[in-house]
Amino acid sequence: MSIEVLDPGPLATLQDRGRRGWAHLGVPRAGALDRGAAALALRLVGGAPDDAVVETTLGGIVLRTHRAVTLAVTGAPCRVGVGRRAVAHGAPVTVPAGAVVTVGPATEGVRSYVALAGGLDVDPVLGSRSTDTLAWVGPPRLAAGQLLAVGRPGPLPEPPAAVVVRRRERVLRLRPGPRVDWLAGAAWAGLDGAEYAVAPDSDRVGLRLTGPRIARREGELPSEGIVLGAVQLPPSGEPVVFLADHPTTGGYPVVAIVDDDDLDLCAQLRPGERVVLRVV
Amino acid sequence: MRVITVGARACLVEVGGAVEAASLAAWLRTSGPDHGLAPDEVVPAATTVLLDGVDPAAVQAVLAHWAGGPASGAGPLVRVPVTYDGPDLEAVAGHWGCSAGEVVDLHTSVELVAVFSGFAPGFSYLSGLPRTVPRLATPRARVAPGSVALADTWCGIYPTASPGGWQLIGSTDVVLWDATRDPPALLPPGTRVRFEAVG
Repeated sequence: MSIEVLDPGPLATLQDRGRRGWAHLGVPRAGALDRGAAALALRLVGGAPDDAVVETTLGGIVLRTHRAVTLAVTGAPCRVGVGRRAVAHGAPVTVPAGAVVTVGPATEGVRSYVALAGGLDVDPVLGSRSTDTLAWVGPPRLAAGQLLAVGRPGPLPEPPAAVVVRRRERVLRLRPGPRVDWLAGAAWAGLDGAEYAVAPDSDRVGLRLTGPRIARREGELPSEGIVLGAVQLPPSGEPVVFLADHPTTGGYPVVAIVDDDDLDLCAQLRPGERVVLRVV
Repeated sequence: MRVITVGARACLVEVGGAVEAASLAAWLRTSGPDHGLAPDEVVPAATTVLLDGVDPAAVQAVLAHWAGGPASGAGPLVRVPVTYDGPDLEAVAGHWGCSAGEVVDLHTSVELVAVFSGFAPGFSYLSGLPRTVPRLATPRARVAPGSVALADTWCGIYPTASPGGWQLIGSTDVVLWDATRDPPALLPPGTRVRFEAVG
């Protein structure tokens, strides 16, 4: 056992690229919400693409190493400390045994990622080390006092060129969904440029948006399968973007699909922040 | 059958109903790879099958090979022992204009089929009930695991404690979901189900 969770913050989970092939039994894919940030963290420590990382939510996490380990923190910007010393965000850091590593609260965005060289040696459940927070399939959320085994690291990669973190424009590009015909008249065109605020109950299941109510046909739709990035329109008329822990099926019309390249942004939008929809 | 594109990598295939959807999903799982179609997910639902991780344009040609109809050689039969002690048993009898005993007789006399899953891992929508009941006007905040429930023409068993708006007619001890079992769901789509009164 080589790393201990001292304080898991509001919600810290293990995530990898998610589990596939179980949706027909009601099990979501799960997986790191900001896939780009998780992949970068793994690359910085020489990890394999399928290794698990720690995903934090707003409040960070405090860890203690039980042996020397190389780690990297990416995603939402935050102060990273080893003992009292501040170390770089977005770069590999080798930490001695017994050190306390503090991943501070996100100063912007929501989710930071901690990758450890050697990977987290946790048993997969249905082929993945991801925690799904809808059905709680996979390893449980991290808890204080928990010990995580870290695998034997391979050689560290060459230091990458300076990591460029571009500020993302807060725009979600939409394509028509399978039930776009449930929208009233000019509602589809009206979505272009519409501005919404992120609702406080947004989570790994969905990004809930509040703002202009979108007019749609009355009635109910039989349950049908849902994909990552589906924009569902409940009777309230306020859209929900389904993220990694989305349910298998839903009964409200999916009127749009968020462009895959914009889903990482959904992981980092804070409650209250504004986002603009763009029809493509 | 109508194929509806869902973004760049998925589509919905509309079919006549849940039994046909389950049948098409089973066929796609077994025969899809022979036709060069290997989706990440095949999700049957009430009137559709979702194929995720495919080129939507390639699907129509593969569907032409499907003979249609229910799968030949139906799925395995699972017998579920039930204690008919649910708080809504009398209400269901009221909706059907019969006695509670006749509700039990009807529920244990039909063979139901698991057609799709959703709501929670291990929750299967069981089709084949000859009568309907409405959902509760106000859902319960907590339904006990193992509760046997009815809504519309569906029957289902709650795998874990959760909120729920279905009418509860009984309870069972069977384990509906075990991630270490293969398959982890007791009643995956295609399974035939018979309920048996105990106690």
